[in-house]
Amino acid sequence: MKKPLSEKIIEGFIHISAAMAIVSLVLIFVFIGKEALPMLTSHEVREEVTVTQMVLPQSPEPGEPKEFSWQPVSRVPKYSLMPLFVGTVKVTVVALLFAIPLSIMAALFTSEFAPSWVRESIKPVIELLAGIPSVVLGFFALIVMATYIQNWFNMDFRLNTLTAGIALGLAVIPIVYTVSEDALSAVPQSYREGALALGATPWQTAWRVVLPSAAPGIFAACVLGFGRAIGETMIVLMASGNAPVMDLSIGYPFRSLSATIAAELGEVVRGSGHYHVLFFIGVLLFIFTFLINFSGQLFVDRLKEKMAGTK
Amino acid sequence: MNNISKIETKALDLFYGHFQALKNIHVSIPPQKITAFIGPSGCGKSTLLRAYNRMNDLIKGVKVTGEVLLDGKNIYSSKMKLISLRKRVGMVFQRPNPFPISTYENVAFGPRIHGITNREQLDNIVETSLKATGMWKDVKDKLQISALALAPEQQQRLCISRLLAVEPEVLLMDEPCSALDPIATAKIEELILELKKCLTVVIVTHNMQQAARVSDYSAFMLLGDLVEFGETKEVFTNPKDKRTQDYITGRFG
Repeated sequence: MKKPLSEKIIEGFIHISAAMAIVSLVLIFVFIGKEALPMLTSHEVREEVTVTQMVLPQSPEPGEPKEFSWQPVSRVPKYSLMPLFVGTVKVTVVALLFAIPLSIMAALFTSEFAPSWVRESIKPVIELLAGIPSVVLGFFALIVMATYIQNWFNMDFRLNTLTAGIALGLAVIPIVYTVSEDALSAVPQSYREGALALGATPWQTAWRVVLPSAAPGIFAACVLGFGRAIGETMIVLMASGNAPVMDLSIGYPFRSLSATIAAELGEVVRGSGHYHVLFFIGVLLFIFTFLINFSGQLFVDRLKEKMAGTK
Repeated sequence: MNNISKIETKALDLFYGHFQALKNIHVSIPPQKITAFIGPSGCGKSTLLRAYNRMNDLIKGVKVTGEVLLDGKNIYSSKMKLISLRKRVGMVFQRPNPFPISTYENVAFGPRIHGITNREQLDNIVETSLKATGMWKDVKDKLQISALALAPEQQQRLCISRLLAVEPEVLLMDEPCSALDPIATAKIEELILELKKCLTVVIVTHNMQQAARVSDYSAFMLLGDLVEFGETKEVFTNPKDKRTQDYITGRFG
């Protein structure tokens, strides 16, 4: 059968739209990669900074003890990525530890226990939280939360990992909540009936049947939350204290990879070693997110296969 | 008819909002027999079945009056604990609904939620329950594989095993074969006949041959009324009510 012209035009348009999304993703990677590549290839840049210097501890002056330090504009520039990396991991872990249990419990509550009017009001409100600009959340963390958290936990620093992590968690909650809630609501009613008919309490039904049945969707929600947390810039930039301290304590200020790019790219000398390092950080972030998403997807697929018994 | 009854239904009315789904039902389900509820769609037979383990409670706007006595105790009284009621009165649904976890865990689910944690004891229960439904030899080597990989008939058997694991006294079956092919249906029917040795079975079916084949007693329902109840042989060969006769001979339904 011959397709009418209008059909062809619409189909073509949809194809182009889909292709655009993929092409722009690839182009972003290519252009960031192009700016990061001199780190490995350009002799000039490598005079200034090498990958080894970014990873291994360095002595700032001959004879001084080796250390991890990020001071790209000091007299002797120091380019260790380790403090930034540790900071990013720290804040992401805090944010996820705060946001994931809270979001999943909230999702379980709304999908399994809440009366329908509560459910219909909670869900849009939490989803609205996703619409709050991150600069507003950052501002809130910087001005309000930081004071309280410092007092409650008796911290030495006003801006610290815990504050930034919780603020970041606020940005993660809506994503994890929404996707988890959808996954829980999609669990067939017959599973609930089956469990209740065996004499399970509503809580046992929710915890032992509904939650495991929704596990792939909930795990996917967590992966999305991770992507949001590791890439989020503004909240971390405002609430972290921005000190590239190499320390694992959650009471210390820190600086994240993403905040470093945001804070320094505007003032860097174009084409300098520092400039290329910042793009290199961008590539690293890109790769982290990609790897986590990819392995997360693999895990979700395996989980689904296991549940369907097809493997 | 039998003097003792496992489930005695007295003046049971059930409303979904303003719609009356069951009208003044009186019926005695005899112990260790198979009782079939038959009737056209929407006659209330599933609703009556679900009233026996209070599954209707899940639906919004349900109102029940009258009594359902299980061994003489009203299950709608505030003293009756829902959990123990449903443990005693299990239910098999139209579509097999195993949980998306392993076969073993499906059967162990009931005992676990009722507090059994000893591994050896659970192993025993799982084996006994699966043997009781005749599927042990087929699944004993793949207990850890997801139950969703089983064929529909095996899934339905598993759902029955899952119930047997909590040692119910009554088994309610809501068209347990409607999602199965004829061969699987025959096998499940065989199993049902086997089960009545130790259980009271109430089965809702659309299939009148099935009711005639498996049941000892039959109840014919129409538009929320219980029209006729008696020994299956009697109901099918010598119905007292004109409407029963019309339905059985296929004049409507």
